Amino acid sequence: MRSTPCSPQTETPRFSCAPLPPRAGAGLKPGHVDQILADDRPVGFFEVHAENYMGAGGAPHRALTAIRERFPLSVHGVGLSIGSESGIDPTHLERLARVVERYEPAMVSEHLAWSSHETGYFNDLLPVPYTAETLDRVARHVSQVQERLKRRILIENPSTYVLFENSTMAETDFIREIAARSGCGLLLDINNVFVSATNHSFQPLQYLRRFPLELVEEIHLAGHAEDLDDEGEPLLIDAHDRPVAEAVWKLFEIVISQTGPLPTLIEWNNDVPDWPVLRRELSLADAILDRLGPASLLGSRHAAE
Amino acid sequence: MRPAAQSLFAAALIDPERPLPEGITAARGKAADRRFAVYRNTVTVTRIDALAAIFPAIERLVGQEAFRSLARLHLVEEPPASPVLFEYGAGFAALLERTEPLRPYPYLADVARLERAWLDAVHAEDALPLDPTALGAIPQERLNDVIFTAHPATRIVESRFAAVSIFSASRGHRPLDGIRPQEPEDGLVTRPGHTVEVRRLAPGAAPFLKALIRGETLAAAASHTLASHPGFALPAALSVLLEAGVFTACTLLPARME
Repeated sequence: MRSTPCSPQTETPRFSCAPLPPRAGAGLKPGHVDQILADDRPVGFFEVHAENYMGAGGAPHRALTAIRERFPLSVHGVGLSIGSESGIDPTHLERLARVVERYEPAMVSEHLAWSSHETGYFNDLLPVPYTAETLDRVARHVSQVQERLKRRILIENPSTYVLFENSTMAETDFIREIAARSGCGLLLDINNVFVSATNHSFQPLQYLRRFPLELVEEIHLAGHAEDLDDEGEPLLIDAHDRPVAEAVWKLFEIVISQTGPLPTLIEWNNDVPDWPVLRRELSLADAILDRLGPASLLGSRHAAE
Repeated sequence: MRPAAQSLFAAALIDPERPLPEGITAARGKAADRRFAVYRNTVTVTRIDALAAIFPAIERLVGQEAFRSLARLHLVEEPPASPVLFEYGAGFAALLERTEPLRPYPYLADVARLERAWLDAVHAEDALPLDPTALGAIPQERLNDVIFTAHPATRIVESRFAAVSIFSASRGHRPLDGIRPQEPEDGLVTRPGHTVEVRRLAPGAAPFLKALIRGETLAAAASHTLASHPGFALPAALSVLLEAGVFTACTLLPARME
């Protein structure tokens, strides 16, 4: 299944078919659009939350169209609730399909999480236990989404605060198996790895060693907040409200030296800074991609494309 | 997870009085209470923030603390039904209307209706407004039979209070000095260009416009309006509506068979 928006038989695509470049990209914020369009320094790509563009028209679509005409775009869903026990909401899947048809993004991704229930939408990415039953359900839902969108999607590893007694698989094995069954690609959120590792007392490198890095097509980096758990030990919160932590940059360097350069998103969704501040975070990521990408172990797979 | 496991998780999320859902745990035998509280907190805070993003004028008018209490009530009564959060809050105005401590501020509900209508207009389908000069192309003797198509962004909020003035002052961070809340104001929300506009309508213009949007001819809408508002000035009202971009098209009813 193709993961890029255009196929050769498409007569005249409205937008460029270029894939996400292995450069730093930014989450698009409405307040930044004018400055982005006036900034002549290149940005690898922009990513948007699909749900913000599910309206019929108006200023949000005008801004995103202007961005899409100049930059590769990644559409990141936050509301499909792929881990939901009650199935994928067909209405929401149709809304996502309309966004994807409208913008022909280079990438579409969603989360290994659930967020909706009969009683409403929780606006949070909630965890699932790693069992054979959940695996069947999630893999089926990913396939259903890919069939409707007629393209491959990426699934992102979660950040979590609790564990389930009935989990029988490691998260990395669970994610690998989702990809094997559905054919989806993976989005590796390195901040999520660091947050979960701290919260559940494991080594992030151990997790990364078991993670199927060869299936990763995009990286997310973000800042996290620090709280304390019931025992007074660190509990990290996936807050997306500050710069990327030093420890997360270090893990990013390790990943990139393995995988080669990958499209890398800086997520900063709360307490959003001015564009130049976000731009500086992108430069830090680009510097690492430039320095470590070419010498990487898997780097040749991109050079060959 | 058993079939209803997410239902139990969901119930515990929105009710802090409930114990942790069965089977929720933490590594190395640690407690999960503060951990589960992260989810509880995120759900509540982000839902309230979503409501605050839709109703900034109300938040400024009642203050942040009161707004958050009202938002909590709304979350219980009417949680967001879909991930498209900019559609949330349809019932918030009604909640403000029947909240006892807000009795002294009866205009709040209509200000909330204007804010909801404003956001509807932001996201409404794109359409070119009718050129205000288009009516000039219609022969004078046929004007009575003109019918209009409403622009997708057009919304009307009729109020027994000074809802438009209060909405505008609050959104503009201005004090309410000089506004007489008991003065009735009908509000019109449109999107003639790229930005949403909110204006006051002259008495009679709101029912007149509603009749036109229902599909009544110009003559029928005018005569209904004049019956309830004898002083209604049709040409002035029509030109305000056209300038505001309330319509996308006008057509003539086919001539009646004699």
